[in-house]
Amino acid sequence: MRQLNQALHDSTDGSFEVLRPDGRHAIAVGLDSAATVTIRGHVGYYCGGMNQQATVVVEGNAGPGCAENMMSGSVRVAGNASQYCGATAHGGLLVVEGDAAARCGISMKGADIVVGGSIGHMSAFMAQSGRLVVLGDVGDAFGDSIYEARLYVRGKVTGLGADCVEKEMRQEHATELAELLAAAGFDQADVGEFRRYGSARKLYHFDIDHAAEY
Amino acid sequence: MTPMRESSTFPRTVIAEIQRAAREGIYDIRGFGAKRAIPSFDDLLFLGASMSRYPLEGYREKCGTDVAIGGHHGAPPLQLRIPITIAGMSFGSLSAPAKEALGRGASQMGTSTTTGDGGMTPEEREHSSLLVYQYLPSRYGMNPDDLRRADAIEVVVGQGAKPGGGGMLLGQKISDRVAEMRDLPAGIDQRSASRHPDWTGPDDLRIKIEELREITDWQKPIYIKVGATRTYFDTTLAVKAGADAVVVDGMQGATAATQEVFIEHVGIPTLPATRLAVEALKDAGVHRQVQLIVSGGIRSGADVAKALAMGADAVSIGTAALIALGDNSPDLDEEYRKLGSAAGFYDDYQDGRDPAGISTQDPELASRLDPELGGRRLANYLNVLTLETQTLARACGKTHVHNLEPEDLVALTVEAAAMAKVPLAGTEWTPGN
Repeated sequence: MRQLNQALHDSTDGSFEVLRPDGRHAIAVGLDSAATVTIRGHVGYYCGGMNQQATVVVEGNAGPGCAENMMSGSVRVAGNASQYCGATAHGGLLVVEGDAAARCGISMKGADIVVGGSIGHMSAFMAQSGRLVVLGDVGDAFGDSIYEARLYVRGKVTGLGADCVEKEMRQEHATELAELLAAAGFDQADVGEFRRYGSARKLYHFDIDHAAEY
Repeated sequence: MTPMRESSTFPRTVIAEIQRAAREGIYDIRGFGAKRAIPSFDDLLFLGASMSRYPLEGYREKCGTDVAIGGHHGAPPLQLRIPITIAGMSFGSLSAPAKEALGRGASQMGTSTTTGDGGMTPEEREHSSLLVYQYLPSRYGMNPDDLRRADAIEVVVGQGAKPGGGGMLLGQKISDRVAEMRDLPAGIDQRSASRHPDWTGPDDLRIKIEELREITDWQKPIYIKVGATRTYFDTTLAVKAGADAVVVDGMQGATAATQEVFIEHVGIPTLPATRLAVEALKDAGVHRQVQLIVSGGIRSGADVAKALAMGADAVSIGTAALIALGDNSPDLDEEYRKLGSAAGFYDDYQDGRDPAGISTQDPELASRLDPELGGRRLANYLNVLTLETQTLARACGKTHVHNLEPEDLVALTVEAAAMAKVPLAGTEWTPGN
């Protein structure tokens, strides 16, 4: 792993293939170049963590924390992603073609995340900014304690978390959703089937009459 | 007539708090650390040299103070000239001049300072020759460029003022700059998470540390900071997770904003925590290889020397460093009184109106703190702590402050003897042995 990541850190661009990753952790983390890294198989924790500029493709499933704290570039998972994918990500695009588990997009800070399947409970918890698009269903406590992130869901939402509410889908939202779907390669999806969620902003300042919401 | 008698159960302070709670409907939030009396390093004494121990000449014989922190897993360790570091305090809770002053003072003395829950500012990096970058649950401002710019990384699991609690920065301190660094709207209350978002438990933490090492090409020492609670087990697990250094913050450790009930009622004092952490490191066979930094209520060279004698490699100061910068200065008494406090009592770091310009984001107040003068005062204070520590070490016959040992100590109280596992003064009795 050390040799692989060092080689990726030393490169300024180019294409790399990672064969037989065998679920190893921390593959292609801390990249800061325009390199393209294609990983042929399943990866463990934190694949693509803190990515800057690079394009990382996982041709398999991803373990926990995929693309955590990504700054820019993109990470695409062809299979499913485990919990906390895209956690605290500041920028870039994370695409999960399959399902993502619990806490998808937790504390996200500006990244775009598009999930082709469904996502688990407590997703977008304390999501600060950025955009999360889910083509499938969403688990319980969605967007709990959300700040300014914008959430789009096509399927069923089991339950909304504290301070997360459904919001009007205006034209500018339909436009940005269409752009996100196109960027993620899901441009066949009908924007009209999505609903938008965001913050009611009632927890921004402590109010004793809202204490039960915490 | 029956004389007035104050209740022990309901003294005036308790009555006032009940009245405040009924009036305001919210728990009391304040800064500073625990104010209650608890067993501390004050309850230990050095034996000094005598017939069977030779002292060093106070002003002639060398007594070393340097320490290397964090090389256990191959990263270049931080080479500190003194075993006293500056604890993590955020830009946001503190003003930019205060952070700069901490960096200046620490750098003058050849020691490190630490970021906080709000990211790394360029001023702080520029003025800190050795800067430890905290990796916190909120991940405010976290980015790989700053990870690489740091001299070490401190994964914060908890802090002594509130083990199990997250950060809190109230809206009045969220200026545009603070908000931008944290990717949040200005002016809103920020209650940051108490758990890390992408790992749970020590097995995950081991993998997280592996990731941080890979991102930084194994060039940065990794510290793990815990609030003092189940310290033996936490230290053991931190070592297993791959820490190069463990930071244990006792319950006297301060905060910029936390519920009073949390500050006063959660965690254990620095005294027993130090002994538990040292025991854990010894049992794991890594004492002096994985360094121990203890913090929480360190005020004097006596505290430093006692922590080192119990087996710590270094200590960290927070509140004392702010006081050195000018916090709670008598010169500001009139202004503190306008805020309903007084010099020597001020602890409202959460409300952003600090007349000393330290715990504020108000530009006018912040401009009152001259970072060069503040840095000089901090350096002076660190110098005094070091000289005091050396004084005690020489008196015990030690050519390096790290040669102080538990055998040099006795306890004044049964409680302290039990917690530190040193004999009660004048006896051969160590409770529990």
